[in-house]
Amino acid sequence: MTFDIAAILAVDGIASGAIYALVAIGTVLLFSVTRVMFVPFGDLAAFTALTLAALDDGKTPGTVNLVIALAILAFSMEAVALVRAGGAKGLPRAALFYLVIPIAVALAVRLLAPATPPLPARLMMALALIVPVAPLLDRIVFRPVADAPVLVLLIIAVALHFALVGLGLLFFGPEGVRTQPLTSWSTEVFGAIVSGQTVCIVVAAIALSALLYVGFEFTLTGKALRATSSNRTGARLMGVRPARAGTIAYVLSSILAGVSGLLIAPVNTIFYDSGFLIGLKAFVGAIIGGLHSYPGAAIGAVIVGLLESFASFASSSLKDVIVFSILVPILVWRSLVSVHIEEEDEE
Amino acid sequence: MTALLTLDKVSVSYGRIQAVREVSVSIDPGQIVTIIGPNGAGKTTLMLAAIGLLPSIGAMRYEGEDLADVDVEARVERGMCLVPERRELFHDMNVEDNLTLGAYSRRAKADIRRDLDDVFDRFPRLRERSRQLAGTLSGGERQMLALGRALMAKPRLLLLDEPSLGLAPLIVREIFKTIASLRNLGISILLVEQNARAALETADVGYVLETGQVTQQGAASELIGDPKLIAAYLGGH
Repeated sequence: MTFDIAAILAVDGIASGAIYALVAIGTVLLFSVTRVMFVPFGDLAAFTALTLAALDDGKTPGTVNLVIALAILAFSMEAVALVRAGGAKGLPRAALFYLVIPIAVALAVRLLAPATPPLPARLMMALALIVPVAPLLDRIVFRPVADAPVLVLLIIAVALHFALVGLGLLFFGPEGVRTQPLTSWSTEVFGAIVSGQTVCIVVAAIALSALLYVGFEFTLTGKALRATSSNRTGARLMGVRPARAGTIAYVLSSILAGVSGLLIAPVNTIFYDSGFLIGLKAFVGAIIGGLHSYPGAAIGAVIVGLLESFASFASSSLKDVIVFSILVPILVWRSLVSVHIEEEDEE
Repeated sequence: MTALLTLDKVSVSYGRIQAVREVSVSIDPGQIVTIIGPNGAGKTTLMLAAIGLLPSIGAMRYEGEDLADVDVEARVERGMCLVPERRELFHDMNVEDNLTLGAYSRRAKADIRRDLDDVFDRFPRLRERSRQLAGTLSGGERQMLALGRALMAKPRLLLLDEPSLGLAPLIVREIFKTIASLRNLGISILLVEQNARAALETADVGYVLETGQVTQQGAASELIGDPKLIAAYLGGH
């Protein structure tokens, strides 16, 4: 391997690593706040890419109907729950959040899609359409079992992933898509060509991470999210509702998944079921970071991206095998270095 | 005078085991009420039910309002606040963030800075350690932080579960001094304690809870002189 090739592979690896980093950060955020290992996270990214591709063709993306169906289902469940609990006065708020906003977004996209608006508008439309999906799924699937053990939540998340892949086939069809790059500009660094797309990916990943850091560190809502992941009972005793914190976490991580989907769409061909591999690689990155540290997850994801890139040079058919087999030494190392901390340590 | 909080024949069960049986307790505004009793009598269970973390049967009223459909978070918004036996601090967040989160339920966020200073004045140790993670604090400092965090919520009723548990005698004295001084802020307190003598010296009214039932109740000053109690809990002189 020459230096030139190594540089090309490194650039490539950092680009995909940055995408995995966004997904990994979202995975850690969701897991720590809601205790759900949200397996379908990569599917959200893939769906965003497919939505953008449909919008590029001036077609109505399947996500529109998906969001409308989920909104009706989620609102019905919330309404029944509210009326049963005698809290009918919460209905208008629930209707706004679970019904009006998602359906308004879906209808707006459906109305605008045939006109093929300019690219920035299409990006925003795809993102706006994907953000409600996870919070609605949370209401439908996870809220009724909010107190279940982590393992049960994980298995439900796996089932949800398979359901979403099926829905993806139904709504988007079996064809793979690859969208136009965000920019055709490119530059040369150490002999390797760095495309504008790669720069966009890395800049977006850093900017979103910085934004999250500021939010967690300096806003009361961000601190409430951290408090929920640190100690749910303690947070409840301060008046922080875990369900509400969960919804905020779902919205934030959906934005991360959506952005990573938009960024990966011009780089890789995305099929309705491509999300799983993205999610799984991000998961490996998150594990390297110990599943509770955001910088750790980001660094882990970049390691995965680099490893994947160099592995594909060594043997493209075995690249996934190589990436996933590093899980074994990492888990061994993790189990050796991390002290198992009981949920509550009493003095 | 209407009571601030009344528990009327409240029972709490874990599965088929009834941990608290038809307990009735009442706290008037400005009062400090203590519940004493041996380990496993159901004191903590009763506190968790009062704040809404455990389901219970029987009636609970707060400021005249039925609490049946009011969940934990809504009770906190209405001015109830529990300092649990396990403290439930945010260990991987610093002291100041822990305190700031105490004010989460308050509508008026404007005075948070000033209240933070008040808490730091009350517990100067916390000011020294304001940037330190809560998980690195000593036992006494953790209890101060738990108390301070609760005070940030500006509660009208403070539920204190074993605030002296596991603390050195010197710190216990300090904690009880703080509890007594909260009366001046107009905070009513329901205090659960194994340290019966200190609790009765601080409180106006006392209840004795044994195996889930109230076996004795009365003015704290009378209970403290009761020969039976002295033999059982107060350890003589």
